[in-house]
Amino acid sequence: MTKTRKKWIYFLGLAGVVGLLPLVVKGGYYLLVLNIIAINGLVVLGLNLLIGFAGQISLGHAAFFGIGAYLSAIFTAMYNAPPWPTLLAVMVFTAVVAYLLGIPTLRLEGHYLVMATLGFNIIVYILMVQMEYWTGGPSGFAGIPPLNLGPFPVEGDLHYYWLLWSFFLAIFFLSLNLVDSRVGRALRAIHENELVANAMGVNTERYKVIIFAVSAAYASLAGSLYAHYLSFISPKTFDIFYSVQVVTMVVVGGIGNLWGGLLGAALLTALPEVLHAMRDYALLLYGVILMGALVFFPEGLLPGLIKLWSDKRAAKLGVSE
Amino acid sequence: MNTNNTLLKLNQVNKQFDGLMAIAGVSFDLNSGEIVSLIGPNGAGKTTLLNLISGVYPPTSGEILLHGADITGMKPYQIAQKRIARTFQSVQIFQDMTVLENVLLGLHHRLRSGFVKGMLHFPGERREEQTAVTQAMDSLEQFGIAHLAERKADSISLKEQRCLEIARSVVSGPSLLLLDEPAAGLNIRETEEIAAIIQGLRQHGLTILLVEHDMNLVMSIAHRVIALHHGHKIAEGTPEEIQRNPEVVKAYLGGTHSAER
Repeated sequence: MTKTRKKWIYFLGLAGVVGLLPLVVKGGYYLLVLNIIAINGLVVLGLNLLIGFAGQISLGHAAFFGIGAYLSAIFTAMYNAPPWPTLLAVMVFTAVVAYLLGIPTLRLEGHYLVMATLGFNIIVYILMVQMEYWTGGPSGFAGIPPLNLGPFPVEGDLHYYWLLWSFFLAIFFLSLNLVDSRVGRALRAIHENELVANAMGVNTERYKVIIFAVSAAYASLAGSLYAHYLSFISPKTFDIFYSVQVVTMVVVGGIGNLWGGLLGAALLTALPEVLHAMRDYALLLYGVILMGALVFFPEGLLPGLIKLWSDKRAAKLGVSE
Repeated sequence: MNTNNTLLKLNQVNKQFDGLMAIAGVSFDLNSGEIVSLIGPNGAGKTTLLNLISGVYPPTSGEILLHGADITGMKPYQIAQKRIARTFQSVQIFQDMTVLENVLLGLHHRLRSGFVKGMLHFPGERREEQTAVTQAMDSLEQFGIAHLAERKADSISLKEQRCLEIARSVVSGPSLLLLDEPAAGLNIRETEEIAAIIQGLRQHGLTILLVEHDMNLVMSIAHRVIALHHGHKIAEGTPEEIQRNPEVVKAYLGGTHSAER
């Protein structure tokens, strides 16, 4: 029971921080960064469920992110479809695509999913560039209508801040629940030892495929929200580099630790912005910081910091474990 | 034997790995409530046979029947759902999880909550979890490791890990338990404790197929012994019969030795 209480306390703490931040943070630019953190955070959340719990790596989450963004854009801007039902339908569609992609690849033990998703990402990217009539090609897709809540349009960075972070918090909470349930336990078991998980009665194939579809749906949701928020999208955002970036966020923050994933998403989204001032050295410094994080905290920043802190406390109390 | 109702039946089971015949035409029956031991020299095919029964891989030919129903070629998770549980030769616990979580996984196929219920933590889902935790704790209690429930599973002793593995496999109430060398790596006193646990399980109505190297353990608890050699069944009988069986003695001591001792 204390575990559940701890989860609630931390979660309410996060919600409090999210609620208070706009009082401190003024100006569209900072809000923009925070909003992108929420969007990346959503993608990372789903990816962390896949990598950290089912032990499967996807290098194609940019594609699912992009499918969400482009389909929402195409249907709402070109065919005047209502944004919210479109967003939902696109999420389901993306999940089905991931499901179909997952069935043949996840049936095999090992890391076939990496190759399949990598190829998938390249194909989706090419489609975005080539299908000019629908996607606008390499120059991008402009004029995506904003979202609305009933009669109220969601406009400006602050509105989107509330919307995006509400979505993030809600999905984050559902994911925390999932991890702390029969399904979460089964996924961790698959990560540790697929054969034994299977012998325990876990239908490992099914679980892997479903969590892959779920994580793709998260990315699709993030993509749709991204498109409506910025009103302009271009293929560049959805190339392999973004797929690698979100995997990096998971790894740096803490594989299998959803809070760590949020930390990773926040740090790696904000870092390039902070480093802008360094001009030519920005990329170099970014690389050095990434390497440092992985060398000193190979299990991820958050789990690493927690361990460091509890070790220190134990040393202070004179407890040796 | 007070009963002759067959729980598990193997009928001419073969398993071929590339050119190697690992199991060759093995047939036997397991009756409800008995402890049957599978013995044989290293490489005789004992673990392969357990893997065939538990669905790790399908047999090349032959059939495996549970209560007369064909379970040949089913996946391990389906076999588990048919209430056949197993342990592994080298302890296979989930090391990054707590002792309690390990046992909860043993209950996995008895619980129903899926992705949606897990995400929403419906009251029904929470109740199911609570009941499962209680049941898992009872099981840990039964095997004397309840005090370790919150410890990480890799931090407990080998004997405790073996107990945990047995607890995890029987918590869901299987009808057949496949034990793969439960006493490997344990000392004499610990082996005796494991023997007592196995006999206790049988008294709870479990049927047990025991792969074991420790002949003292086999002879003291098995009702029936099946001897394998090079994938063939070479003998079947009571422990006393098997001990006197010249084929078995030859398999264990090598062909040049006389069967008479």
